[in-house]
Amino acid sequence: MKGLNRGLILIMMFLFVQPTLGATIKVSPAINALSKALKAANKNDTLLIQPGIYKEHDILIDKKLTVIGVQWPIIDGENKSQLIFITADSVTVQGLQVQNTGRSSMTDMAGIRVQNANFANVQGNKVLNTTYGIYLQNAAYCLIKGNLIHANAVDELNSGNGVHAWKCHDLFIDNNDIAGHRDGIYFEFVTQSHIRGNKSKRNVRYGLHFMFSHNDTYSKNEFSDNGSGVAVMYSKGVVMTDNIFRHNWGDAAYAILLKEIANSHIEHNLFVKNTVALYMESSTNIKVEKNRFIDNGWAIRVTASCDKSTFQLNNFIGNSFDVTTNGTVMLNVFRQNYWDKYDGYDLDKNGIGDVPYYPVSLYSVITERIPTAMILYRSFLTNIMDQVEKVMPSVTPDQLKDTEPRMKKWNL
Amino acid sequence: MKTIVKYVLLDLFRNRIILVYSLILAVLSISLLGLDNNPTKGLLSLLNVSLLFVPIITILFATIYFFNSVEFTELLLSQPIKRNTVLLSQYIGVSFSLATAYGLGVGLPLLFLVSGTASLILVITGILLTLVFCSLALLIFVSFKDKTKGIGIAIAAALFFSLLFDGLLLAFIYSFSDYPIDQAVIAILALNPIDLGRVLMLLQLDTSALMGYSGALFKKFLGSAAGSIFSIICMFFWVFVPLLLSVRIFKKKDL
Repeated sequence: MKGLNRGLILIMMFLFVQPTLGATIKVSPAINALSKALKAANKNDTLLIQPGIYKEHDILIDKKLTVIGVQWPIIDGENKSQLIFITADSVTVQGLQVQNTGRSSMTDMAGIRVQNANFANVQGNKVLNTTYGIYLQNAAYCLIKGNLIHANAVDELNSGNGVHAWKCHDLFIDNNDIAGHRDGIYFEFVTQSHIRGNKSKRNVRYGLHFMFSHNDTYSKNEFSDNGSGVAVMYSKGVVMTDNIFRHNWGDAAYAILLKEIANSHIEHNLFVKNTVALYMESSTNIKVEKNRFIDNGWAIRVTASCDKSTFQLNNFIGNSFDVTTNGTVMLNVFRQNYWDKYDGYDLDKNGIGDVPYYPVSLYSVITERIPTAMILYRSFLTNIMDQVEKVMPSVTPDQLKDTEPRMKKWNL
Repeated sequence: MKTIVKYVLLDLFRNRIILVYSLILAVLSISLLGLDNNPTKGLLSLLNVSLLFVPIITILFATIYFFNSVEFTELLLSQPIKRNTVLLSQYIGVSFSLATAYGLGVGLPLLFLVSGTASLILVITGILLTLVFCSLALLIFVSFKDKTKGIGIAIAAALFFSLLFDGLLLAFIYSFSDYPIDQAVIAILALNPIDLGRVLMLLQLDTSALMGYSGALFKKFLGSAAGSIFSIICMFFWVFVPLLLSVRIFKKKDL
């Protein structure tokens, strides 16, 4: 109920409060035209920024204004400084092209920064070649929608994040296109927020990275070709549905890395061609349901420190290794998944295999311990070892099994 | 040389074993590829078949053939023909027919059912393995006079390369896992043509698993075209080194 109320407030703010009561002012390119106009404007005014190049920086918006760009006026920081700075509530910034912030190790230079302000509406902007694209600091009830946030970060040290949020709540990050930053979307201490329909790709580190951010929902996003996929740490109540994780490839790349996550849902996602699709460490009570794991190196790596998690109704197709773990204890449940490597039988024809499936192969245990042994993968010797292990399990954890493996794959 | 190759080919064609070999391979390929609608799985099974059976059948068949045609060889050598020419044309005849049998038996079904780079690599791997094990058979033939001993050695060689070698390598990896042995392992891998063929094929199919590997050298080596080129070059070495060795031995051999 609380969440619904908050959502309603959010919608009301955007629908009813926003229509301007003040004057409409046109701003044309001139020296410091933007800063002057912003200073002169009254609360509730609308500024129409005319096309052209505005070489200004530290543009402060400290009262409730609506700033709309006409045909993408360019605000250029000339690689020196930061650009738009929002410190008032209910500011709208729309249709601007914000580009070339400086780089500094003292301040986080951002294209658009919202600081200690609520109800900001940042929509349909192009944020190009910035250290930090959109930076939210101690903000709430903000809408970040349909922005194009592209940069060309080369390494982790000299780059920032596409959408960076710190100590916020009730954010709505919708349909943005983010590429080439350090982390595509970065959350720290952000709660009750929605991230939907974003595309985050080719980022140096993570497509999405969040820590200490509870009760957030991530849906219908696409994360592809990121340095190390998506990292999710120290949070609870995370819901991830209908996302696509594609081609996060490399020696330490994970489609999702979960570390100390609790009470969360991972549902209806698609994992294609990732080195490790789902890596879990010290996580509790995670429901992994109805996902498709296709052509990954490792579909699931779950360490022995995870417990009370359920993996069910998933499809595992064409993965090199289905599940690996690092110990013999397994406190999680696997049930009713479809495994393409299952070679059991179904005598009573109820669609469920009569013998359990052990998804951990001996060889994956060996490579977990000694990665160099990977070089012998799929050799005749290791095939024999795997078969022997299947008949008489001795090394692989015998508790890790799917007692009701599906004979046919789920329609997901 | 051409004439001798022609007669060897005619002789092989007449005893029909090659034809049967080709047919069996074709039936195997079609059934393995048809079993599952996932082509990768079919390719993998076919890879296993190729890595296991091609070496053993090739080396056995070639060794027996060379030993059996020893009289023909002696007859040819009584003519004014160079020893090199006789030996090489026999090698070419046997390896060509076995390679063609493999190429047709596996290649044709693959072409129609799953054409692609991976299939092409599989066929190349199989053909290279055929050539390698023919060379080894030739080396065995020129090194031993006794047929039984030769065949025994051939079986031992096939088993060594397909099974024992990997066991030893695994033992090596296990005992030295605390040390940086990546480079050494790649070097050792080059000593086994079957492993080379497997790596060549794995690069096509399981790159994600291999890429997930924490050794930087492996990633660089296995993840790039360099890995494939290295494997192929090493396999060519495996074809030509035994071949040249046998030519040298055969030149001085007292028949």
